[in-house]
Amino acid sequence: MSGISRRKFLKAGLVGGAAATLGMSCKAWGAGSFEGYPEGMGVLVDLTRCVGCRSCEAACNKEQKLPEPDRPFDDLSVFEEKGEDGTTLRRPDEGHLTVVNKYTPEGSKKPVYRKVQCNHCNEPACLTSCFVNAYTKTKEGAVIYNPKICVGCRNCMIACPFNVPGYSYSSVLNPVVKKCIFCYDTRLKYGKPPACVETCPQEVMTFGHRKDLIKIGHERIKETADRYVDHIYGEDELGGTGWMYLAGVDFEKVGFDTTVGKDPIISNVKEFLGTVPMVLAIWPALFSGFHLLAKRKAHGGHTDSQEDHDHENL
Amino acid sequence: MRTKRILIAAFLATGLLATATVSRSQEIPDVIMLNSLASLYEPVRFDHARHIKVMRDCGACHHHTIGAPSDDRNCGRCHQSMEPKPAVACRQCHAANPFTAEYLKATHEDKNRYHRDKPGLKAAYHLSCTGCHEKGSGPTGCTDCHERTDAGNQFYRSGKYAPAAKTVKHH
Repeated sequence: MSGISRRKFLKAGLVGGAAATLGMSCKAWGAGSFEGYPEGMGVLVDLTRCVGCRSCEAACNKEQKLPEPDRPFDDLSVFEEKGEDGTTLRRPDEGHLTVVNKYTPEGSKKPVYRKVQCNHCNEPACLTSCFVNAYTKTKEGAVIYNPKICVGCRNCMIACPFNVPGYSYSSVLNPVVKKCIFCYDTRLKYGKPPACVETCPQEVMTFGHRKDLIKIGHERIKETADRYVDHIYGEDELGGTGWMYLAGVDFEKVGFDTTVGKDPIISNVKEFLGTVPMVLAIWPALFSGFHLLAKRKAHGGHTDSQEDHDHENL
Repeated sequence: MRTKRILIAAFLATGLLATATVSRSQEIPDVIMLNSLASLYEPVRFDHARHIKVMRDCGACHHHTIGAPSDDRNCGRCHQSMEPKPAVACRQCHAANPFTAEYLKATHEDKNRYHRDKPGLKAAYHLSCTGCHEKGSGPTGCTDCHERTDAGNQFYRSGKYAPAAKTVKHH
C-alpha cells in the first residue's frame, strides 16, 4: 500500500515538476519582448559628420560638473593616447562620461571620429545585473542610477556589452559607478536635449523620439546612399539602444562590436531565472521523495516497511 | 581690445543693414555677419560676394529658394519649379534651437512632414561651410572663420583657463 502511494507521489511530483518547468519558461519568454517605452527619446549619432573637435566632451564636463581635465578640450593630442596594452582607445571613466576617439580605417579618405558614452539600452544589462536595483530605465529613455543605493560592486561594469560604466576609484570611502545619464536630471526630464547634443557644431547628434530617429536614419541612408553603410547600429542590437549610429564605413572598423546580436543580455539568463522559483518549490518535495524511496530500497523487508509507515505518519 | 570691440560693433551694424536690405529689396548683400549664435566664438564675417565669385552656384547653399537649380537632387523631387522664395537667409528656415520640445512634438505628431530632419542653424552653417571647404581649398579650422571668445576659452579650458595640474604632476 505504502509503496504504491509513494510511486504515485513520485509520478505526480515528476509530472508536476515538468509542467511547472514548461509553464515557468513560457512565462519567462512571454515577458521578454520589451522594446523600450513608446515615447522614449534617443539620439542618432551620424559619424560621417563628426570632425573630432571634442566640444561634446567639454559640454559634458561643464553640465555634469566633472573635475578639471588634464588637458584642454581643444587639445587633439588625446587621440594619440593609448591604453596600457598600447592598442585600446580611450573609454569613459569617472572624470569623462563621454570621450571621442579617432579611427583611420582602411579605404577611408579621412579619419573617422566616434563619440563614446552610454547607449541607453532598451533593456540594459547594467540594470539586469544590479542586485540592489540602483538602475532605472526612465520613460524618457535614460538609463540612470542612484549613487546612494549603489554599493560599488561593479557588476554593471562587467555586464555592460559596451564597456561603458566607469568607477570612482578616486573615492576611498564611497566608490560608486559613474556613467552618462543622458543629462536626465538637468535636461532630459524637462524635454531638453543633452548638453553634448546642443553644443555640437556639426549636429552629429540628432535628438528626438527614438522611433522618429529610426525613420530619419533610414531616410538619410536612402537619400544619400553613397555616404552611408546601410545599417543603423543600435536599432536592433541587443534589443535596441536609445543612442544609435550611422556610419560611412563598416561599423567594426570604427570600434563597434558587431557580434552582439539582437537579443538583449537579459535573454541569456531569463530562461534560467524563470526556473528558479520552480526549483525552490518543487525540488525539496521531490528529493524528500527520492530520499524516502532510496532509504526503503536500501533496507527492504517487513520490519523496515513498518518503520516507513511510522515515517509517513509523522 | 577696444578697437576690436568697435570693429565688431561695426560688423554687427553692417550685418543688420545687410539682412535688412536683402529682405526688403531683393538685393544681394556683399558681406553678411553671422552673429545670431555667437557665444563661444565671435560672429563670422561672411564674405558673400567672394563666395558668389568663387562658387558661381547659388543653389549649393540656398537649395531651391532663390530660383537657381539646387545641387541636391532630393529637393527637385518636390520643388520642381525652383521659383524664388521670400525666405532666403539660412536662419529663416534653420532654427537656432532645433530640438525644442515643441518642435519635436510637432514633427513627431505630423507623420506626413517631409522636412523632419532639418539641421539647426549652427549645423546648417557648419555642415554647409566645412563640407564645401573640405572639398575645395577653404579653411576648416575653428578659428579660421571665428575667433574664440573668453567664454569659449573657459568652456574648452583653454588659453588662460588651461589646466595646470598636468605639468605639476610631471615634476
